[in-house]
Amino acid sequence: MLDAKNEKILMIGAGAVIGCIAAVLVLFGNPANMGFCIACFIRDSAGALGFHSAAAVQYLRPEIIGIILGSFLLSLFRGEFRPRGGSAPMTRFLLGFAVMIGCLMFLGCPFRMILRLAGGDLNAVPALIGFVGGILLGVVFLNKGYSLKRTYSQKKPEGKMISVIAVFLLAILLFFPSLLKFSEEGAGPGAKHAAIVLSLAAGLAVGALAQRTRLCMAGGFRDAFLFKEFTLLSGFGAIFVTALVVNLILTGVTPGTYFKLGMAEQPVAHTDMIWNCLGMVLAGLGSVLLGGCPLRQLVMAGEGNTDSAVTVLGYFMGAAFAHNFGLASSGKGPTSAGMIAVVIGLFAVVCIAWVNLKGNEKA
Amino acid sequence: MKKIDARGLSCPEPVIMTKKALSSGDREYEILVDDVAPKENVTRYAEHQGYKVSITEEDGVYTLLLKK
Repeated sequence: MLDAKNEKILMIGAGAVIGCIAAVLVLFGNPANMGFCIACFIRDSAGALGFHSAAAVQYLRPEIIGIILGSFLLSLFRGEFRPRGGSAPMTRFLLGFAVMIGCLMFLGCPFRMILRLAGGDLNAVPALIGFVGGILLGVVFLNKGYSLKRTYSQKKPEGKMISVIAVFLLAILLFFPSLLKFSEEGAGPGAKHAAIVLSLAAGLAVGALAQRTRLCMAGGFRDAFLFKEFTLLSGFGAIFVTALVVNLILTGVTPGTYFKLGMAEQPVAHTDMIWNCLGMVLAGLGSVLLGGCPLRQLVMAGEGNTDSAVTVLGYFMGAAFAHNFGLASSGKGPTSAGMIAVVIGLFAVVCIAWVNLKGNEKA
Repeated sequence: MKKIDARGLSCPEPVIMTKKALSSGDREYEILVDDVAPKENVTRYAEHQGYKVSITEEDGVYTLLLKK
């Protein structure tokens, strides 16, 4: 095992590589400030499979498949693949659903929030404030004894199911793409993507690095508040700094714009500060209650955690629901239905936290 | 010696349990975890608190022995 100093160096190195990969994916075709966005990419994938019919956001994102398989393969290789589950899967499904509603209010998961900041999108500042606020609220519940109880060992095939599904989806994307729905050129972010092989390789690399380092966007602030432990947060910082630097370099040496400071007319973003903030309060709180941000859930699912796999299904359904009922924001701004959904989501998540406090089991 | 069974729990719970237990100020603790992330996180936390940590593994269960 690495000592604390080497652990931090590894974390910062991994964060730097991930930040670089994310920025470069935009150069190769991904939507601006969206080298990675777990929420957006799960939403696009739900669209590609026909779970919603928002024509602007349909594409089976190889990054998602790559992250799951990258984590799966590295955990297998390192002897860290541990099939386990049974810690309140239904509750986790709902929490995942709610986190996705929050992310789609802001238009990004915590990972994309960093990338948006690194692209100069200041709408991500109120989002970051909300995210940290949500995490603080989650920490209060953790300190009061919030728990979803323990997991249990599962059989190996159970732990591998999500990776099998990922391989199956990859095969469909490669060999039977006509079965899927794809956003047409110019229709929206779904139509912008890097080549499949690049996206897949990027996903595999990020999945493996995140598996090795336990990188988590929500865990960084959580551990800083709970234990004054800054290792995870240093990964978060490294992603930001590297993506910012690469964005500035790309803006200098290519004809495209990868950094634009301000709030107005940012790519795949809106300027409503209050709802950007509240959306991420929901995402931050929900992520702490789940034990990790959407990226971390994908990685843990790959490692054989079936509760995380169920959480990913919750994200998936949340994304489909958000687009079927007009809850997701767009560049034009949030929708009234989305605002109502975020408020209901916050209420529901606080209720879930409350009933799972130590001593409240009978509720 | 105080024992803490954090098997099956995912982070940050094992670390919170450790933190609460360490507040009693004993010199030795035994903590059981069964996943790599809690093993690393509990170890890191305990070391920050000035404990020496030795780890043994059996059947996927890690026993962390904290000593001051």
